[in-house]
Amino acid sequence: MESLLNVDGFMFAAVVTLVLKLAFVVVFFFTVPLGVGYMEHKGLAHMQDRLGPMEAGPHGTLQLVADGIKFLQKEDIVPAAADPWVYKLAPAVAMLPAMFILVTIPFGPGLFSENLDAGIFFALAVSSISVIGVLMGAWSSANKFSLMGGLRAAAQLIAYELPLVLGAAAVVLQAGSLSLVDIVETQADFELFGVIPMWYFVPHIVGLALFYIASLAELNRPPFDMPIADSELIFGHMTEYTGLRYAFFMLTEYAGMVVLSALAVILFLGGWYPWPGFDFAIVPFGVAGAAVVGFAATIGKILVLTFVMIWLRATFPRLREDQLQRMSWLVMIPLALLNIVVVAIAKVVA
Amino acid sequence: MPSLPIPTVPKIGLLKGLGVTLKTMLSPATTQRYPHVKPDLPPRTRGVIALMEENCTVCMLCARECPDWCIYIDSHKEVVAPKDGGRARTRNLLDRFAIDFALCMYCGICVEVCPFDALFWSPEFEYSTYSLRELTHEKEQLRVWMDTVPAPPELDVGAEDPKEIADGLVAALKAAEQAAAAAAPAASVSAAPTSGAALGSAGEAGPAPAGVIQDDIHVEAQVDQKVFDELVAGGASERVARAKAKAAYVRAEKARIRGERAGASPPAGGDPDGREGGA
Repeated sequence: MESLLNVDGFMFAAVVTLVLKLAFVVVFFFTVPLGVGYMEHKGLAHMQDRLGPMEAGPHGTLQLVADGIKFLQKEDIVPAAADPWVYKLAPAVAMLPAMFILVTIPFGPGLFSENLDAGIFFALAVSSISVIGVLMGAWSSANKFSLMGGLRAAAQLIAYELPLVLGAAAVVLQAGSLSLVDIVETQADFELFGVIPMWYFVPHIVGLALFYIASLAELNRPPFDMPIADSELIFGHMTEYTGLRYAFFMLTEYAGMVVLSALAVILFLGGWYPWPGFDFAIVPFGVAGAAVVGFAATIGKILVLTFVMIWLRATFPRLREDQLQRMSWLVMIPLALLNIVVVAIAKVVA
Repeated sequence: MPSLPIPTVPKIGLLKGLGVTLKTMLSPATTQRYPHVKPDLPPRTRGVIALMEENCTVCMLCARECPDWCIYIDSHKEVVAPKDGGRARTRNLLDRFAIDFALCMYCGICVEVCPFDALFWSPEFEYSTYSLRELTHEKEQLRVWMDTVPAPPELDVGAEDPKEIADGLVAALKAAEQAAAAAAPAASVSAAPTSGAALGSAGEAGPAPAGVIQDDIHVEAQVDQKVFDELVAGGASERVARAKAKAAYVRAEKARIRGERAGASPPAGGDPDGREGGA
């Protein structure tokens, strides 16, 4: 499948294509995570019997814009003992990978920047770079809370990288492709027992659970937020950060929620298909109509998944560090390996 | 090597927890949008302390009882010239009465301890300021708060009158009875039915002291010049003579009205108002 953002037939078409693709990624990166942030503000508030932001804009819709303006005005403090270059670079190193992943993620039929053959591999590999930004910030802050938070983050990301990758690998095994677009297309053709059109989340329910829990841990989201446990570590690797650099770290978290939810949607929940067995031929206005419907379906599913992340945050208390490690190494990784074995056998037998 | 404990299996409680948060989210939030929606406070909320300056005698009880000494009182003495002989009296005049609400802990002891009902609780609470100094409210501001003090609660149906009112009523009745008895013993017979009407207008709640004849005739006091002259000639002081002359005038006037009423119509048809004496 070709990207809709590819244009040709006139001079500088390649440049226009490049600008379009970059604009798509950047605009998406700076808008949808804000929507998710607003949802977290309001959802979390109502789950705690509060109203949340109500003053900035109707029902507080502009709260994050106001926050952004506030962050812009704040002093950019670099601690005296900090390693200034590493310290200043860390938020960008943490944030950019989330933007890079967006390049490969399809949000609708033809609505993606690049259809990489190694799409899921690229996405998961790039997402692992974020931890380097976290470690850079933690080490260079010259603050013991930051350092301990950074070490926890590193241990956590190593522990949960495996269930995340293994959960995705089982889907790759079944789809027979690493390309995210191909995975969505083969998923649309998948039929349960050869009759009922169904997405991969039914045969891969274990994989989905592993992938989702692991992505929560990857993002340091509660109940896996030991690296930034405020009662123990103040704010982990972000303790010393202020202003825009701090805002970048926060944006990383929300963009990460969107990106990993998008990956879960593509791998397990049928990507841009509104329901299993949906035929895009019935959508009017041809390619454009299909893109709109597909985009709406993808965003809708992403928002549902991010809502569940918020829901879990409001419900469950933080795990202890040893509980977290034990859960990954003793439960999730063996389960993920078993899942792959079962899927492989089923793939060969069926 | 210590053996690792077996991980516990997640149980149904996890889902129950999710149910609790979802239910809370779908039910309306309890948040009150304060600056937009005023809080629904009980009417006797202890918001701020108000001062009724006229009632203050500068006894300083409030300032002395205040646990954190947040009440400032300044006053001076004023000599009141005697009206008719006697010695000159002094009274305290309030110069300054201020409450520092930055110190006040809203215990209400000053309101409790005030013997003259000069301090009151008001439910107003929106007086935050940008500086500590502005939290010291002077007596002008405390007077403004006085306007926000809610009226005292209604008495229960059938309750006794407040002591001040009951005492005043009894005293007035006694005086009227004595006056009537002294002025016209015969007329006191006709006073009984009118007392019933007076009771009714005073309110069924008011308990009538037994044996006290109620007086509903109002007479504007005037000095009876003849009695006055006689008393002065008899050697009484002017002040005493004026008081006695006034009392004599009222007695005579009331007796005259009662006589008129008893003569003009039967007692039951008597004018229940009985206010013609004032004309």
